[in-house]
Amino acid sequence: MKYEISQETLKSEFVSQVEKRSHQSVKSCYQCGKCSAGCPICFAMDYTPNQIIRMIQIGIRDEVLSSKTIWLCASCETCSTRCPREVDLAAVMDALRRMAQEEKVKFKEKDVPLFNRIFLATIRRYGRLYEAGLIGSYNLKSGHFFKDILMSPKMFRKGKMNLLPKKTKNIKEIKKMFLKAKKIEEK
Amino acid sequence: MKYAYFPGCSLHSTAKEYDQSAQAVCRRLGIELEEIPDWVCCGATPTHVTDHLLSIALPVKTLLQARKMGLGVLTCCAACFSRLKVANKIMREDEWHRERVNEIVEDKYEGEVEVRHILDILVNEYGLDKIKGNVKEGLGGLKIASYYGCLLTRPPEVTKFDDCENPTSMDRLMETLGAQPVSWPYKTECCGAGLSLTRTEIVLKLSYDILRMARDEGAECLTVACPLCQSNLDMRQMQVEKKYEEKFCLPVLYFTQLAGLALGIEPGELGLNKLMVDPMKLLKEKGLV
Repeated sequence: MKYEISQETLKSEFVSQVEKRSHQSVKSCYQCGKCSAGCPICFAMDYTPNQIIRMIQIGIRDEVLSSKTIWLCASCETCSTRCPREVDLAAVMDALRRMAQEEKVKFKEKDVPLFNRIFLATIRRYGRLYEAGLIGSYNLKSGHFFKDILMSPKMFRKGKMNLLPKKTKNIKEIKKMFLKAKKIEEK
Repeated sequence: MKYAYFPGCSLHSTAKEYDQSAQAVCRRLGIELEEIPDWVCCGATPTHVTDHLLSIALPVKTLLQARKMGLGVLTCCAACFSRLKVANKIMREDEWHRERVNEIVEDKYEGEVEVRHILDILVNEYGLDKIKGNVKEGLGGLKIASYYGCLLTRPPEVTKFDDCENPTSMDRLMETLGAQPVSWPYKTECCGAGLSLTRTEIVLKLSYDILRMARDEGAECLTVACPLCQSNLDMRQMQVEKKYEEKFCLPVLYFTQLAGLALGIEPGELGLNKLMVDPMKLLKEKGLV
């Protein structure tokens, strides 16, 4: 790995922005690596969790926000639980994902954010999850048309997937909540 | 004992057998459950990684419904449990969030509704002694790997009911029910959770590690308390076997299904036929059905 580190990156406000968004003290990290040692997904990431933290500290913004790591993190909270400096890394990852989406950076990992967006759209529409719709929609939009297709008949047969969505009665209130949350978040 | 019941989305679809068996066990033990009317999705992982305020507001919406009922909340899904508990903690401790979330839900909430997981209620509230008195059939020394996954015990300052590195509540419950919990090191390893649809290869690897460790430590089946863990280990087990060219045939049962069997509840009421890896051969061998 090669990064450009300059006076500019070192003085960048990235670290304080991440700290503000995540309510975490990213500067406290002393690079012991315990987060990465316990991370179950580490093997599939492009940067390990402790590398991500270090990159934030020295202002390597674009690589962090476009990394696969932030999307592959499964929010299992192992790192947050074990960090001796009490940095909640899962909360930092959440903040990075939200920043990456707002700044519309080019993601190296596309499927996970796409899935998240479809999931949220389903909740907005029905108030509850509608699995068949979620999977169908995800397969269409991601281009993985036949993903898990062999599993579906068995799921329907066993009554583990509903053919039709169930809408909650208070769906108007839910839709309003989505709008309000967006407005307040933008402020 | 009476609770406001929050089933969550999975228990109405992919985890119907968890819903069935949890309700059957509670009925048998005299724990009354009343479903929260108009509950909404907790938002799960996709919401807290996308929209922070909404990820608190969605659980709060359901908690406000529970507040009207004047009851504490019981939930079965580990992810719902986590989202509800996180929302409560933030609403109690953080004024900045409290103000904004209350504006979104148009109400005043301060994290006052108690939320507990059914495992916590059975073990720590109802009590193992009382459960022991209700055991009819017992589990005949069935060797079980109790798998807790991530969100049941992590982060401990949120979940507050068992050790986050070596939890024991499910093991102690299984022992009380006449099973033999095996000692194994992967109790709280992650199964890949919400990456199931998008990064299936990661989930297959993690599930493979978990299944292999359980089998190597002598388990005849696994027991779980989370719908996502269950579907990754059970529904995807055939794919794991194919990819890693290794046969497991390890049934993955909800702990409430096993509790139901031990309490003498009819197997038909526990949704055993909904599991993908058929547990019937093993259960028959052990004389449990």
